[in-house]
Amino acid sequence: MSPEDRKYTREHEWAKVEDADAKLVSVGITHFAQDELGDIVYFDLPNVGENVSYMQKMGEVESVKAVSDLFSPVTGRIESVNNELVDHPELVNDDPFDSGWIMRVVLEDLGELDTLMSASEYDEYTGAS
Amino acid sequence: MLKGGSRDTGMLLMERSVPGRAGVVTPPLDVPEQPLPDAAILRDDLALPEVSEPEVVQYFTALSQQNFSIDTHFYPLGSCTMKYNPKINDEIAFLPGFAAIHPLQPPDQSQGALELLHTLQEYLGEITGMSGVSLATLAGAHGELAGVLMMRAYHHAQGDLGRTKMAIPDSAHGTNPASAAMAGFDVVTLPSDKDGNVDLEALHELSGPDLAGVMITLPSTLGLFDQNIVEVCRIVHEAGGLVYGDGANMNALLGRTKLGDLGFDVIHLNLHKTFSTPHGGGGPGAGPVCCAPTLEPFLAAPIVTSSGNGAGPSYSLSTPEQSIGKMSGYHGNFGVLVRAYTYIRTLGDAGIKSISGNAVLNANYIMQALKDIYYLPYDRTCMHEVVLSADWQRPRGVSGLDVAKRLLDYGFHAPTMYFPLIVHEALMIEPTESENRYTLDAFIEALRQINRESEDDPDMVHHAPHTTPVSRLDEAGAARHPDLRWRPSV
Repeated sequence: MSPEDRKYTREHEWAKVEDADAKLVSVGITHFAQDELGDIVYFDLPNVGENVSYMQKMGEVESVKAVSDLFSPVTGRIESVNNELVDHPELVNDDPFDSGWIMRVVLEDLGELDTLMSASEYDEYTGAS
Repeated sequence: MLKGGSRDTGMLLMERSVPGRAGVVTPPLDVPEQPLPDAAILRDDLALPEVSEPEVVQYFTALSQQNFSIDTHFYPLGSCTMKYNPKINDEIAFLPGFAAIHPLQPPDQSQGALELLHTLQEYLGEITGMSGVSLATLAGAHGELAGVLMMRAYHHAQGDLGRTKMAIPDSAHGTNPASAAMAGFDVVTLPSDKDGNVDLEALHELSGPDLAGVMITLPSTLGLFDQNIVEVCRIVHEAGGLVYGDGANMNALLGRTKLGDLGFDVIHLNLHKTFSTPHGGGGPGAGPVCCAPTLEPFLAAPIVTSSGNGAGPSYSLSTPEQSIGKMSGYHGNFGVLVRAYTYIRTLGDAGIKSISGNAVLNANYIMQALKDIYYLPYDRTCMHEVVLSADWQRPRGVSGLDVAKRLLDYGFHAPTMYFPLIVHEALMIEPTESENRYTLDAFIEALRQINRESEDDPDMVHHAPHTTPVSRLDEAGAARHPDLRWRPSV
């Protein structure tokens, strides 16, 4: 079951508040997403300092099956990206909810997260519950 | 097999190298020695294998014999139309008048070759219901790019610069979005409805003054004929857009349906699929572009024109007035075009029509024989290919990839896997018209057997293939840490 400490999108991304005062959230893809993709071999990551908006493309992920777009679950400025994924994209297969995070974003409005799905809603959406 | 034996392809030529061994012995110098103008261009740091001629021949012959090919195996690779390539195609292409002609030979010395190209343009126009044809594009995606560049040129010629969007169904051929993006369009995905047709409601929403057109693969990569195709063309035209047709799946329609009659404006054909010219690594390919009269002025150059002057037809090369320009050096892949011409002439009208009939029959035969044990996501009469799914095998620990790999052990090339993306665990099977019922029955039996194995011994299937020169390859490892260069071991 998906962790309850974060919110989810229909495109299988998660967003987790790391520091509420700084409006800082981390973003990644779900266990369901990595399982569907199969072995991930490459990430096209966004650049630090760039702005992302809700459901706009933030990068690409390539697996042995296909190349897929990554969509940002939040609106804000990118504070950091997980450069470990450049050499070790398999981190997202092994640990999608923790060390396989993709980027950290400073949000314009934390309230934006309220529109996303909860863990139980997401699990119901993917048929995992 | 002994290591280093002539059939041991695991030992690379570099590893067989022995200092001083050579395939060719050059004769001693019998002219006065001259100093090189610049001795610095000589280098001795390039490591080349020192091997004998028979060693090289045995090595590469052994490698070639490990191939799966259409001359050795059933090759149901979906969407690729791996049909048999009749040998007469090569025989004609090897005629000295075709094989030894130079692309810069003046037209008055190459009337025969030009006549062949001109006749092929007419045949392809007749088959597709299109008036304009250019043979200059060298592959399917190359033809796509030419076609969408023509769409752009057409809109610009109308003074309409605001059409930036290209709509592409999620069941379209995989190269379409790349071609549209290369031509500068913003790609918008068009969803399929529950029957696998283009979702008309979504198309209506997208159709506006910024829509340049849609790129339709017919039949789609689901192997289905879009039942609303005429309506799709009407909606797009009404919004001022154009309809592009990806001809990758023309094998299903030959002699029966003309894309021009359905409302398509521009299409490409894959001669290396539909018209039995060499394919895959054995190319080169050819992707002629065919179009309606409105787009003819924009065709890629050159096209072959005929001007009868009383003394028999005279053929020449010409550039359409608002041409998108040249897409290749000369006249396209001429040897491939000769083969496609030969194929059409060998078969004639009735033969061409029998291709699509048998291709569709074979795919439906496989579908009916397997749909009780492999999930069939769109349960409709299919066209030239059937898309099954390994969804029912997956809970047993056997994926579509595993099924495909296990087929190699039964002596069959794998079907296309995991495409189209809208089908889970997709297995896309295209038998083509080349195979007889015995082969199809053996293939069906192999897939039934693999399904039984997925119940009895899923682990064995998961680690297939077991009988090929190399077993399951680490695709992810190869992509994550590519090791592309041989280095001497120290």
